Amino acid sequence: MITIKKPGLLTTIQDLGRYGFQKYGVVVGGAMDTVAHRISNLLVGNEENAPTLEITLMGPHIEFHEDTLLSICGGDLSPSINGEPVSMWKTIYVKKGSELRFGAAKGGCRVNLGVAGGLAVPSVMESKSTYLKAGIGGFNGGAIKQGDKISTDSISGVAQHMMGQLKKDMRNQTFVEAEWSIASELIPAFKNDQVIRVMKGRHYSLFSTSSQNAFFSSCFDVSAQSDRMGYRLKGVPLSLAQPIDMLSEAVSFGTIQVPSDGNPIILLADRQTTGGYPKIGQVAAVDLPLLAQAKPGDTIRFTEITHEEAQILLLQKERKIQLLKKAIELKLNEGE
Amino acid sequence: MDYSLYPLGENAIIIELGNELNLLTHQKVQAISSFLENHSFHWMVEYIPAFSTVTIFYNPLKIMNNLKGELPNQFVCNELHEALSDLPVNQHTETRIVEIPVCYGEQFGPDLESVAKLNGLTADEVVQIHSSAEYTVYMIGFAPGFPYLGGMSEEIAAPRLPSPRLKIPERTVGIAGKQTGIYPISTPGGWNLIGRTPVELFQPNAETPSLLRAGDKIRFKPISYQEYIEWGGQEG
Repeated sequence: MITIKKPGLLTTIQDLGRYGFQKYGVVVGGAMDTVAHRISNLLVGNEENAPTLEITLMGPHIEFHEDTLLSICGGDLSPSINGEPVSMWKTIYVKKGSELRFGAAKGGCRVNLGVAGGLAVPSVMESKSTYLKAGIGGFNGGAIKQGDKISTDSISGVAQHMMGQLKKDMRNQTFVEAEWSIASELIPAFKNDQVIRVMKGRHYSLFSTSSQNAFFSSCFDVSAQSDRMGYRLKGVPLSLAQPIDMLSEAVSFGTIQVPSDGNPIILLADRQTTGGYPKIGQVAAVDLPLLAQAKPGDTIRFTEITHEEAQILLLQKERKIQLLKKAIELKLNEGE
Repeated sequence: MDYSLYPLGENAIIIELGNELNLLTHQKVQAISSFLENHSFHWMVEYIPAFSTVTIFYNPLKIMNNLKGELPNQFVCNELHEALSDLPVNQHTETRIVEIPVCYGEQFGPDLESVAKLNGLTADEVVQIHSSAEYTVYMIGFAPGFPYLGGMSEEIAAPRLPSPRLKIPERTVGIAGKQTGIYPISTPGGWNLIGRTPVELFQPNAETPSLLRAGDKIRFKPISYQEYIEWGGQEG
């Protein structure tokens, strides 16, 4: 079990999303940075979909009530355990009574905290993700509050094995990090003025030539009206060559649509299921984790990628994640 | 059946069946939805029917090991062409007719009188016209369980309010332009409010969380305040 001593700015329980109910208007939700979520689970011996804590910009203070494994993946929010800085993207054995805190946001704005066993909350429509606007899922349907006590599910055999190995390296410390880490190519480098790769959207050709050019050549600010649902961007206003009537249709994670005021909106985890604005672009899936780390005040720019390239990059990245899974299994067998 | 396929990123394909809203396009959307409901593909995650499109979401990881040189999008397009090119438009699907009881006017429909005045009718006539039509659920979207309905008479059309209300209670029935709809959950909005139903449209813990689904036909049945309370509707 863990206790939330301080909740932080916005801390919610997320998994990989609520699928199968979009035809009823139910949003997918789930982790904003799905790669950080998946890796944080793999590092503590969980299934990739197990619920993690998604931490935003100002992190919480969390006390651990038993010896366990944790991993901190995503943006760098200066994590520390019992006052000592702690590494990200690693398996960490932490002793009962320890407290995890976060400090300044040095890069990115979101962290996924994986805990061995995963956080124990009930499923709603087959997912444990918190959907704030409808008040469903996660811990009582809302963000984590001070004093919340959250149980964890029983830990896997893999996690038990990892704990056994790490315990041997433990002397008088209250925590110990695994010596091995994941391949650096899986760890994205978050920076301001990030270039995001984007495919042309299905309505790209309906935009004026100057708007098409501006979309791929100018800078956009991530405005303060940005949240888990979408980022509202400010920059050169984009417009259609001539107005058209559009019928609402499905949208996806990373769809960039342009309402009549000309300011693009990038749809993210808590997006509505359908939208009626023209789609100028679609963020390449491999760059969604980078985008999820952008915060209000950051600027981003778009560069074009073809649909074919985007698919190839996605398959390459997925093969790397599969290799990581294999590598974790091998590490365990070495210890036999 | 005539259709076009468009990619929506690396994990979805939009099947476009027309570019305007009409009954034939809706029939095609229903034919494909009903096909997908009964013939799932191992790579399919889910589908979203809309006015003139059905979008299929797929998991490229489930295709990764079946590829013979092509990319996942091409693989899915090939399987869809095989399944859809011979699919008949007039696949008879059983249409559900759902009756929605509505307590019109008074505290539940503060805009009923103004909708009536605008159209040179009495409030009773508005209720009579609204509750005598059969409506088609074209799609569910905007909010969980929110039906986009077609079939309202233009005799009771009314423009949106100049400034939206900050909070419309859940289960309120409204009119915006030539459309009528029901708000499943409490939300801000600029619709003219004409009544309220005691029936829940969205129940997250039910096996099927939405009362309505695309393709349903619905009818509104006027009920008294007394009946509204007996149905289990809340006061106020």
